Order: sequence, then structure tokens, then C-alpha cells
Amino acid sequence: MTAPTIAASGAFRGYAHTFTAMLARDMRVMRRELFSFLARTVLQPVLFIFVFAVVLPKIGFGGGQSFDAGARAETFSTILVPGLVASGMVMQGVFAVTTPLVMELSYTREIDDRVLSPVPVWVVAAEKIVSGAIQSLLAAAAVFLAVLFVHGPGEAPDIGFGRWPLLIAVLVLSALLTAALGLFIGTVLPPHQLSTMFAIFIVPLMMLGCVYYPWAALAPLRWLQITVLANPLVYVSEGLRGALSPAVPHMPEVVVLAVLAGATLVVGALALRTFIRRLVG
Amino acid sequence: MTDVAVDTDELRKTYVTSSGVTEAVAGLTLRVGRGELFGLLGPNGAGKTTTLGMLTTRIAPTAGTATVAGADVVGDPIAVKRAIGVVPQYNNLDRQLSALENLEFSGRYAGLAARAARKRAMELLELFNMEARAGAKINEMSGGQAQRVMIARALMRRPAILFLDEPTSGLDPQTRVNLWDVLRRMRADGQTIVLSTHYMEEAESLCDRIAIIDRGTVLACDALAALKEATLLETVLTLTYEEDADADKIVTQVRGLSGVTSAEASGPGLRVFTRAPEGVLAAVVRVSHDAGLALADVRVVRPSLETVFLNLTGREYRE
Repeated sequence: MTAPTIAASGAFRGYAHTFTAMLARDMRVMRRELFSFLARTVLQPVLFIFVFAVVLPKIGFGGGQSFDAGARAETFSTILVPGLVASGMVMQGVFAVTTPLVMELSYTREIDDRVLSPVPVWVVAAEKIVSGAIQSLLAAAAVFLAVLFVHGPGEAPDIGFGRWPLLIAVLVLSALLTAALGLFIGTVLPPHQLSTMFAIFIVPLMMLGCVYYPWAALAPLRWLQITVLANPLVYVSEGLRGALSPAVPHMPEVVVLAVLAGATLVVGALALRTFIRRLVG
Repeated sequence: MTDVAVDTDELRKTYVTSSGVTEAVAGLTLRVGRGELFGLLGPNGAGKTTTLGMLTTRIAPTAGTATVAGADVVGDPIAVKRAIGVVPQYNNLDRQLSALENLEFSGRYAGLAARAARKRAMELLELFNMEARAGAKINEMSGGQAQRVMIARALMRRPAILFLDEPTSGLDPQTRVNLWDVLRRMRADGQTIVLSTHYMEEAESLCDRIAIIDRGTVLACDALAALKEATLLETVLTLTYEEDADADKIVTQVRGLSGVTSAEASGPGLRVFTRAPEGVLAAVVRVSHDAGLALADVRVVRPSLETVFLNLTGREYRE
């Protein structure tokens, strides 16, 4: 009595079909919430760049002045654009997965219907990562377009797309890594600690993620420069700097790509494990 | 598929926590035939939900085996998932989607194409008289409506076996009776249904066969009539005395009364099993009176699942 469409499809095609259906569901929900998604993604970085790159220089505080990048000076907005795109990606990538997952695993149990689909449980987890990665990429595009045009007179960021293969590689790996991180956090975090997680994990990640300065500029604070290497956002920021504003000092591309790829694999595998453990008791 | 829908052998689930070892399911063996409406009846905490969790691949058994629609729940969970529909105890519908979308996507997750899923979703909503609520968000629905949407969602997959965990708990009496009609109709159409319940009347009025479960094992498993037959169609008289009464002193005398099968003291009272309740009740009341025991309450429970449970466990059934 099983419908022939279900029985006939081969295992892989069956998994792909279910995966696509789950992705379609997430995209439909995201489309409905597009306005609030864009607002919460864009507002913070736009305000940040406005205050630091427009307001502070204008009223005479030195905070957002140009950065001496060796031979020539780069505007502060050139430093900030890749950094803010990176922080937007990481923030939205993590939250796009973590927030709904924490609720689905506890109060609403909405995840159950998907786990009962005729696919291995890891397919459900993989879909969560891909869906989170898409939202992370969308956040990157939104933040980029928003902050590109906010700057003081004559302080336009010096951004180029000449290194687009690197840009794509950094974007895709970063999006996957942040969504995998979101999946891991979502499966281990009890729901009542969502706001605590934001305060003690996300905030330091953002503040010390080389968003507002290149990693090389930390040289006078050697201990900090070494400590922040544990922060995944550092590699996203530095990778985007290398791709969008290569004139600013940045980490070697090979290092950035290797760390992003390695971390994606490790965090992804860990997240799949904790996810399956949470769902099959 | 064979004629056996569900087959378990010594199924066991042990939880080890910091507070100790809990045997949620302690060697459960049962068999459900194809086309049956089968009930797992037991008090709260008996192990029903854990059993259904294992049969629906969501809980890994500690020991024992279970096959559902011919597939092993551990060895081939995907084949099991392909054959089942599950209605959980709590509302786990997708809050971001409407009723229609919930069905539609559930069907697509299970392999239906988008158009076919939408068509079947509409059909099922009509079948459950929910077409007017197709666009409604889950949070705008009553408990009974959400329950019907969950059953419809489970049917999207055309399951060989439908599992329902406590489907009517928390529903008002009218909604419960409506739901029973729905289940009876599906049963008449040949749908295999396994449901758990802690309501005796639900099991009595609905199920072809009932497994009485307590403390993780099956105490008895049969058709209702056979279960009653097995306990000799006994009526249970429960007499409760005023606080400080000593019921022990008349137990032996009561056992000797004609028509009494057995009797036992239970708290400040007496429990008497009999097949001739009318005469025996009068006699027991007289004996109590002669012994100076003041009656506070008398309860007569005719042969039913409740007396079966009492017989099997020696305890009152608490829902």
C-alpha cells in the first residue's frame, strides 16, 4: 500500500528528494520573514560603520581614522567592510540554525516529523547546515550592499572583486562552518541558556574576531594576537580581506582556506554526532 | 508484507542516570496482526511511550528485537519509517506553516512530489472536516483540530501501520468521541492501528485486542472478552471503613462466605472478588456490621478492564 512514487525511487534519489523538500520548507519560511531577517542582519553593521566611520571622525574623535597599512594608508571603511560582512555571516549563520533548533528539540518537537522521514537522521542534520549556510550567504550579501555606501567624504572603501575565486571559496566555506557551528551549539544548548550563550560566546566572538582591525595590526598585543586564533570569525574576516581588499595586510590565503575547511569538517562531524544522539535516544 | 504488522521479542529499554537505573521497558513481547486496532493500555509511566518510541525508530532498544512491517527497527530503520505514520502525544506541528502546508511538506519529506502532496493534503483535510482551516496557523487551532491535523499528516504517507501515542489525552469528551469515530472508520477501511492509552474506556470501546502494560512488561494481551474470561468474569467489591477500623479481623470470615472467590484487606478496607456480587455484597455488609466496622464507602466494579488490572496487579488502576 506504499505509494509507488515512494517505493520506486532509489535510496539516493529518495534522500535527495527529502533533502530538497526540507530545504524548500526552510526557504519558504525564510521568504516570509525576509524583512525581519534583513532588518536584524543589516541594522547593527550599518549603525556601527555610521558611528565609527562617519560620526566619530566628524566630531573630532580619532577612533575611526585611517589605518597605516605599510606603504599607504587605507580608509577605516576599507578595513570595516570585509570585517562587518564576516561578522554578519557568522552571526546569522549561527543563529539561523541554533535558535529554531533549540526550540524544535525542546518545546515544540517540530523536528520529529522530519526525523521520521524515510532518510537517515544525518540527512536532516545536513539539510540544517545547508539551509543555515544559505542564510549566512544572504546575510553576507545584505551586509555588503548596506555598508558599502556608508562612509565619510572621501573615505570610500577600496574594494575589488578581482580575486573572485578566492572570494567564493571563502564565502562558501565560511557559510558552511558557521552553520555547522550553529548546529553543534543548537544540539548541546539547553533552551533557557540561549541568551547566556549570546552574552558569553557570541559577543566575545564578534568583538575579538578581527572585524574592526586586521589581524596583523594586533602585533603590539602578541598574547591577544595568538589567543584570537581560536576564534573562527578571525579566519572569515581575514579571508574576506584577502579577497576583497588585498592591499590591507591579511593572513595568507592558504592558511585561511585550510583552517576554514578543516574546521568545517571537524565541527560538522561533531555536530552530526550530537544531533543524532539527541534524536535517537 | 506478512500478516504480522508488529512483532517484538523481549524488548527492553534501560536508562542509566545519575539517580540510578530505570527499566522503562523490561522485556516486552507482543504481536500485532495486520488490520488490527491494537491498544497498549497502562497507567502513566508504564512504558507505553518508550515502547512506541522504539517501534517508531526514535528510541534505540537496549536489548531484544522488534520488527515493524517486516523490517527490523535497529537494522533497517528507513524501511520502518517508510511503513509507518506517527501521531505523537504532544502537538509537534510546524508552527511556521499552515495546516495545509504541514501536510504538504510532510508528504514531500516522505517522497511525494509537490503537486501530488498538495492534492493529497487537500483530500485529507476534507476527510477530517478541516478544509475551512487549511490556511490556519497551528497556534490558532484548538487541541482537537491540531489532533486531527496530526492524524491527517501521518496519513499523508499512506502508512501501512499508524501509531498513535495517547491520542485523546487532554481532549474534551465530545472531541474524544469524534476521534474514536475517525479511528473506527480507518479501522473499517483496513488500516492497521496501534495506539497507547491510559483510559480504560478508550481501550474497551475501541480496540480489537489490548495489551495491558505495567512496569514495562505485558501483563496480559488478548481481546477484551478473552481478558475478562481469563479473570473469571469476577466483580470486585471494594468496601472502605472509617479511619481506624481493623478490616483484617473479618477477612477470614468473608473468605468463607458462599460465592466469594477471594478477599483481601486493603488499607482501611476490604477487597472482595466474586461472581455473585448481589448476594455477597449483602453478606459482607452484614459481617462488617456485626464486627462493629463502620462503612464509609462501597464500590462495585463489574467485570471490566479495571477488574482485570486489579486481578493482575493487585492494585487499583490509576489513570
